[in-house]
Amino acid sequence: MAKKDKSLEAGAAEANSIEMRETAGLSQGQLVRKRFFRHRGAMISMIYLVFIVLFLFTAGGIHLGTKNAPFTIPGWWHWTINDLTEVAYGTGDKGQLTVGAPTMNLNPFAGKAFGIGDHPFGQDTIGHDYFALVIRGAQQSIMVLLVVGFIGGLIGTVLGAISGFFGKFIDAVLMRFTDLIITIPTVIIGSVIGMRLGNLGVFPLALFLGFFAWTGLARLVRGDFLTLREREFVDAARVAGASNNRIIFKHILPNAMGVIIVSITLLLSGAILLETALSYVGFGVQSPDVSLGTLISTYQDSFQASPWLFWWPGFFIISIALSVNFIGDGLRDAFDPRQKRKITRKDIAAAHKVEKAAKAD
Amino acid sequence: MLAFIGRRIAISFLILFGSSFLVYNMEAIAGDPLAGLAESNAENKVYLIQRLTAQLQLDVPPPARYFLWLKGIAGIFVGNLDFGKTRSGGEVLDLISAAVPITLRLVTAATFLAIILGVSIGVLSAIRQYSRLDYTMTFISFLFFSLPVFWIAVLLKQYLAIGFNDFLADGKISTTYLIAIPILFGVIAATFIGGGRKRFWISFGIAVSSSGLVMQLLNAISWFQKPGLGIVLVVLFSAGLGITVAGLTMGFDNKVGRYAALSVVALGAIIYVPFNMVPGSWLNLPIMLGMAVVTAFIGGVIGRFWAKEDRGALTRIGAITAVITALFTILDKLMQIWNPYVNSDAIGGRPLPTISAGNDLMTSHNYWWQLLDVLLHLLLPTLGIMLISFAGYVRYARSSLLEVMNMDYIRTARAKGLTERTVVVRHALRNAMIPLTTLIAFDLSGLIGGAFITESIYGWKGMGTVFLSAVGNQDLNLLMGVFFLTSFLALMGNLLADITYSALDPRIRMGK
Repeated sequence: MAKKDKSLEAGAAEANSIEMRETAGLSQGQLVRKRFFRHRGAMISMIYLVFIVLFLFTAGGIHLGTKNAPFTIPGWWHWTINDLTEVAYGTGDKGQLTVGAPTMNLNPFAGKAFGIGDHPFGQDTIGHDYFALVIRGAQQSIMVLLVVGFIGGLIGTVLGAISGFFGKFIDAVLMRFTDLIITIPTVIIGSVIGMRLGNLGVFPLALFLGFFAWTGLARLVRGDFLTLREREFVDAARVAGASNNRIIFKHILPNAMGVIIVSITLLLSGAILLETALSYVGFGVQSPDVSLGTLISTYQDSFQASPWLFWWPGFFIISIALSVNFIGDGLRDAFDPRQKRKITRKDIAAAHKVEKAAKAD
Repeated sequence: MLAFIGRRIAISFLILFGSSFLVYNMEAIAGDPLAGLAESNAENKVYLIQRLTAQLQLDVPPPARYFLWLKGIAGIFVGNLDFGKTRSGGEVLDLISAAVPITLRLVTAATFLAIILGVSIGVLSAIRQYSRLDYTMTFISFLFFSLPVFWIAVLLKQYLAIGFNDFLADGKISTTYLIAIPILFGVIAATFIGGGRKRFWISFGIAVSSSGLVMQLLNAISWFQKPGLGIVLVVLFSAGLGITVAGLTMGFDNKVGRYAALSVVALGAIIYVPFNMVPGSWLNLPIMLGMAVVTAFIGGVIGRFWAKEDRGALTRIGAITAVITALFTILDKLMQIWNPYVNSDAIGGRPLPTISAGNDLMTSHNYWWQLLDVLLHLLLPTLGIMLISFAGYVRYARSSLLEVMNMDYIRTARAKGLTERTVVVRHALRNAMIPLTTLIAFDLSGLIGGAFITESIYGWKGMGTVFLSAVGNQDLNLLMGVFFLTSFLALMGNLLADITYSALDPRIRMGK
């Protein structure tokens, strides 16, 4: 028993020394970066997300503007969402008739033609290339992510900061305004945008979702500002004669950055799910444009016959939302100063090595 | 306190006024309720348009029309509440009051199960931070966070409902599942039990072999076609869970807690036989709920009977064990009617439904049949909602408990020599639950709004479906009725959350 305690103590001391060494001589930004890069899930997600964004926008091209005045940069994929191709009929594994089966085959032993083929994700029932449709849908999701993140993040941070910093009357008014916005259901927003601006694509929808999606963020930022403004460093800055602006932007905001970034990532993954859900029930992206939500709602009944029409949109929604969530988790760990990393055997070995080397000197 | 509540209620009404005004006008701008008629080819088109205009007062511009609507709502103060009429001329209030019970039925069970499961797994995950369990649960909760509910619903329909119904045709588990399910069980059990590599493989082995044997046995006796627990298994399961509850609250070496739980189970075993002889036609929901309260009460009295000290804990153990025993007894009763239910004409051997809230043909049967029918219809949507909201509770409970475990008073509790169980259950958990209560209060108030996607996928005609169809048909009065009710409850829930928070945490003072 005594022996165990001793080893525990030694372990704790070791852990302590490892932590001390890790934090020695690093700025806050460096520390955060270092901790973030160490989070394996977040790093993989980050790489995946960058890759998928590049892939989506090079393959599908960029489509902006309205229906009458489109602005388009074509991508490298040879079909667009409007191309009607000849539907390929074939036989499935169980001898059943398949309509527009995927041509992608990455298993060299399957006996079929190896490679991605003409329609890697198959075709829908009338001959649209499903790869092009899914790519377009996923682009919409990324677009929503960017726009909602920017608009929602900006409004939420500014309102939360003002509310938390000034407190009193301004706080009361802003928070009641937040309560008001929270009570408005997103379906209403979706239906207004869908009915009035349906032909403008996903951009106005994302914009308006952003105008209504900042509430949670604002509450969190406010809470953080409320505690931070009571801290000594704020008093010190005020005594030194700093203006409110300077205190907010130079002193408090950097300290609240962790909360802000983490809740923005939550906002982002929420926004993707929200847009697909709205589109799924028919109040989001309107036909002929597509979104991952409309794809799933259109083809969910053909799950038995053509399951690929169902799997691919789901895959993109989940993988994008999941990687955003993981990045958020990595950032949360990175920004949390109290966060203690698990000390692995590798760390202890490395610490021993350093100590030995130090002794040898 | 009263002044604070009064002020908050007044502000809530102001917010409600503002948001309903906004929503009313936004929705009035969004669509023209006459658009459908204007395009129709009906001969009496002009008359129809005139009638609808008069009925919905469409000749009044929306901002002014809002106040006409508000006048009806304000009627609540003189006992004359008027939500207005729908497009088809029905009373909005009637539609809503028909939809509310359906929605409640759908979301209540799902939310409570999600809270119980999510919080307990989150707590476990926090206690064993950085363990295999923690990493697995973190990944799973992130995955569930990212799942679109409409996507998972289709999968549940396909693989759970249709797959299970196909399986039930012969009721024999195929070899693939006989291998796959025990391995899955093994991994789950070993992850939950935890420990080093050796212990992992031992618990894995035990779980795989025992669950494999049980499945073989179930196969051999065609259990899935004629399921049942019998008094022996009911007693065994209830006793096991009762002892676990006692162990968690009072410590596993505490005899009195165990005796209290076991005596409650013994009483349950005595009641088992007469309970099974009660004809189903005597029962209905109020009676069942009343019986549940009586059961918990009797259990509590028995628990208290054992107590020399720690009265509260023993009463709680008794009550919880009593409810658990009752649930197992009911489960057994439902299993007894499973076979006739499945093979009845209305079901035709495919018991797991993929759509609708209940089978209309069941209304003529007795209470047990209806209960089984309702539960089966609840299964898929409940699972879908649960999977998604469960993830949030896991994350929240985990981070909340981790925060508390770093507090000084936990170190003090440990330093004075309390067992880890007491530290976690009595000191940490209670404090970690405080922020969770606000989340729960908030979520519960959102229940009535319904899960509109889940409702529309499974064809439940609850609040969500009503709301969606109202938005789609530009049925402004109906939409406003649903909106008003849900946001009113949400605001009240918000207030309730604040009040509970300050009641539970003396550091928080209201009105500041």
